[in-house]
Parts: sequence; structure tokens; C-alpha cells
Amino acid sequence: METLEQIKARVEAAVPGAKLEIVLNAAPCAQHSLRVDNANALAAARFLRDDPQLRFDYASNVTGVDWPDAVVQETKLVKQVVNGVERDVERTFETKTPGCLEVVYHLYSMELRHGPVILRLRTNDRADRNHVPSLTPVWRGAEFQEREAYDLFGIVFDGHPDLRRILMWDEFMDFPMRKDYVGPDDYEWEPTPHDEVLVKAKRHQPQAREVEE
Amino acid sequence: MDEGLKSELRKQGVFVTTLEELYNWGRQNSLWPLGFGLACCAIEMIAASMARWDLARFGAEVFRPSPRQADLMIVAGTVTKKMAPQVVRLYNQMPEPKYVIAMGACAISGGPFKQGYNVLKGIDRYIPVDVHIPGCPPRPEALLHAFMTLQRQIGEQTLRGADRPRHLVAEAPSEFPIPQFGAHDLVPPNNPAVWQPPARVGKN
Repeated sequence: METLEQIKARVEAAVPGAKLEIVLNAAPCAQHSLRVDNANALAAARFLRDDPQLRFDYASNVTGVDWPDAVVQETKLVKQVVNGVERDVERTFETKTPGCLEVVYHLYSMELRHGPVILRLRTNDRADRNHVPSLTPVWRGAEFQEREAYDLFGIVFDGHPDLRRILMWDEFMDFPMRKDYVGPDDYEWEPTPHDEVLVKAKRHQPQAREVEE
Repeated sequence: MDEGLKSELRKQGVFVTTLEELYNWGRQNSLWPLGFGLACCAIEMIAASMARWDLARFGAEVFRPSPRQADLMIVAGTVTKKMAPQVVRLYNQMPEPKYVIAMGACAISGGPFKQGYNVLKGIDRYIPVDVHIPGCPPRPEALLHAFMTLQRQIGEQTLRGADRPRHLVAEAPSEFPIPQFGAHDLVPPNNPAVWQPPARVGKN
């Protein structure tokens, strides 16, 4: 199989205007991935499927990732003039990274027996600009998995033939796999709760039901 | 009637019984389970009904495909919140007298999924359960033990008085409200007439 750099170059050559980025994976598996811009994702996916050297005809896995808004604190030494003398002073810088939602596709080629190539799509934010193009027109098998990502992460797939919730019921409003999801408070009734669970348990139980040891 | 006298009479060829005993004997030896399973516990339930463990010895070999013909609901497996209304509806469709065995950690408490958002923390929040079996999954022997426990419970019931079985109490409900799908959880999250959160121990 071609390297990720070669694939990136060929996709960019084949799909004019496509902006691809290699996302490095620092883990020992070193499974790097390709991030594609939303506007050209469908064309890039078609190229990956149809190119005779690549032939990624099988999307084995589609999943979502939630990246909440993050504030990264960094401490740096900065030169500053204190009492007329220039000194190194420690200062903390905050970098705000806006959150987003990501879809990850794992692609294999059944025909040429290679893979995986990992494709990532990113939404603009986590609130209302949470759209990515659906790749179900390219890989039919992605349909239910994209529905699952829609159900659990709230990623809206434009161009999906049947975008409905698949695991939770239709009336459900939340997205349970998001990092900021707070589940229904219905399991803390232990006989001897303590700490956080005790606070929750107290909220549930009227004082009259309290039993002394 | 005195047990000793009854035994003496039986030796002489006189069989004495009471209507209550006869009635309970009939009920406890023809428990027809509803043939439905929800997860891996159902595999153990199937094993219990096959030749090796042979549930037929207890008069319970006829797994009925319709709730209208079933007496016993074995809630075998994880009850997800999406499935819970259907389980309650199946229970409501069974005619009285009816019994419930909650089989396995999930059916009695949510089991390993207790802290999840999508699993009901025990079917006893919506319908009355007669026998709970712990285990993940319980072995077929545990299900047989639950059967025998249920049979003993039925055999000990009196047909009159305050503690008579539910189906002989005219005002006792035989159907229970089916929970609705809400925006965040099932509505209501439990049936207060059947289940209340357990009391907290200690004053802390």
C-alpha cells in the first residue's frame, strides 16, 4: 500500500481544492490518519474507493469523537524588566481551543487486501454547525454507523438517506457519548452511600425515609 | 386438617385434601413460561429447558409464544430502557394468575450496566417480581432453584384472608402503567406503587 503521504498527494492531485492534513498518532501503534475538509470529502472518498491502486471498498468502522472546548495552560519563561533589571519571569499563558466533533472512518480494501487508512472529518463546532457530509453514498455499509454517530454524538450527516436515531428512542433529546452528557440520576441508591454518591442520594430521598442505624 | 391424621387416612386408602391444596397444586405444577429472552441469560434459560436440565420435570416445558397463554414471565437478560415498555406491555397482556422471575444481575438491578444511561436498573421498578436470581448469567440450576422457590411460594399461599394471592383480590391491579419515552429518561422512571428507592441507612 502507498504511504499516507503518497495517498495525500494523489488525493490532492485528483480532487482540485481538497485540503488534506495528516494527523499524527503519537501512540506506539503510530496509526496516523488523514483529515479531509468537508467540502471535498465526498470526492476524496470516491477517489479512495475507485482509484485502481487504492480501491478502499470497505468502510469497516465509523465512529465519532467529541472534542470539548479546551483551555490549555502553559507556563513559559518571559523576559521582563523588573526594577530596571531584565529578568526571566514565569508567566502562564492560556490557549483556548474551540471544541468540535469528529467522525473517523476506517477503510480497508477487500480487493487489494490492504488497509486500514483512517479518514477523519471535522465539524465546525459542537452546537449548531455540527454538519459533515455523509459518506454513505460511497460506502453503503456506513449507513447504520453514521446513524449511530448521529444518535450518540449529535453529528449531522448531510446527504444521509435516512438519518434517524438508531439506538435510543426517537423522543430522546441528549447525545449520550458527548463528554458533557449528564445521565439520568437513577442508580445511586446504595444502602450505604458516601461522598458524591451520598450527595446524589440525599437529593433523591426525602428525609422522612432516612433510617437510623 | 391434622397432617398425622391425613397420613393415617392415606394409608387406609382414603385421600383427603382441601380445595386450597388442590388449587395450589394445579397452579404450581403448570407454570407455563412466556418464551422470550432479552440477552445472554436467555441462553441459560434455553439450556434449562432442554434435555440436560429438563424444566419439564416441573411442569414448565411449554414455553408459550403468546403472553395470553403464559403464566410466568422469565425476564432473562438486560432490560434496556428502549425495551422496558414492551416488557411491561407483555406482562400486562398475560392473564392472571401470573408470576415474574427476574433472572440475572441485569434484570434484578441493571448489573454491569447499572451506571449506564440506557439500561433499566431492575425490572422490579415497573412490575412486581416474585423471585430474583442473581448471577451473570445464573446457571440453569439457579433457574431451577428459582422455579422451585416460586412453586413453594405458590404452595404456601392461602386462598382467603389478607395475604391471599393478588389475582384473588378484586381491587388489586393486574395491569401496570407502561412507561413512556421521555426526552431524557423513561417517564416515570419507576412505578411508585411497585417500587420505592430503598431507605438510606445511617444519619450522615
